[in-house]
Amino acid sequence: MTSPLGVLEAGGPPAAALERPDFQIVPRAGLPMVALVMALLITAIAVNKLWPLEFFHVVGGAAWTVIDLFLGFILGPIIGRMSIPARIEFTTRLMPKMVLLMPTVVTVTLAAGWQLGTHLGTVQSSYALHGWVVASFIVVGVMAVVALGLLEPANIAVLVELKKPRPNPAVIERLMKRFIYAAGVTGLMQVATLVIMTKLASG
Amino acid sequence: MSEPAPGIVAERDPADAVSLPPVTQVGMASLALIVAAGIYLSAHLPKHVPLTPAVVLLAASALLLAGNLAALARVTGFAWQRFLQVARWALLAYAFIAGMIEYVFLRNHTSGGPLVVLTLALVVFAVHVPVLIGFTVARYADGS
Repeated sequence: MTSPLGVLEAGGPPAAALERPDFQIVPRAGLPMVALVMALLITAIAVNKLWPLEFFHVVGGAAWTVIDLFLGFILGPIIGRMSIPARIEFTTRLMPKMVLLMPTVVTVTLAAGWQLGTHLGTVQSSYALHGWVVASFIVVGVMAVVALGLLEPANIAVLVELKKPRPNPAVIERLMKRFIYAAGVTGLMQVATLVIMTKLASG
Repeated sequence: MSEPAPGIVAERDPADAVSLPPVTQVGMASLALIVAAGIYLSAHLPKHVPLTPAVVLLAASALLLAGNLAALARVTGFAWQRFLQVARWALLAYAFIAGMIEYVFLRNHTSGGPLVVLTLALVVFAVHVPVLIGFTVARYADGS
């Protein structure tokens, strides 16, 4: 049975298939790149030199901050105003990339950052701006809990739902709302990160 | 999304069909506890601090993980096959991430009690995140 919106109701006959780009939940083509980045990160930590550690921490941190801010405050509201087919097409193209990108960026930033802090002595409690460093731990902790508890599961679940022959719009709506709100929270936390990191960098 | 698109089945949320325990909320509380334990330990470096607060936080986090799994095990009609399908791959990914963090601790000569607490915290992290991902996917699986 087709509703006035041209939507199939449960138990109705099969509909004309919605245009959904074919996608992999975890894009396998990106795995070698992730492996390469991780290998370089391990090497940077093992050699414990300033430049590679600084490089990974700054590049990873900048990417993490910019992606969170852009997703939470620019893309999120835009996605919310898109038509359903446009949203679905956008989601199927964006979210698989996020599955690989975000865990990689976060791991690189945190692992290199901790090693850099150890190298420079900024994680020591005797460091003059230790309070700011602890504040950064707390901000990262909040972001980690939100990202791991809400963002990542919602990301995967949306993609699994979209892989189904007949995705459920209620499920996608609920998960995408969760994803966008969680991205907004991490975006706000990233503003705090910017304040802390610029303070630490300027002394 | 306010209106379904052509070709998408308009039906009620399958998650509403089965009464589910608050796995996500409990999981986030568990993660918050181990994060707090990690912050407590790392904020006092290189001083030796009493491990008791970190151990208490870790134990509470592990209890929440056990409680989450026990509560989930009692749900009838839960899509365990889908849960395991997703959770095992997530476990592989998060075990690798936990391994990376452990490597950094070892590289910096963390040892003794703090290393044990941090390692166990990473174990809870590496298990609980896949549980949350698997749960979120499985709760919307068909037939759940």
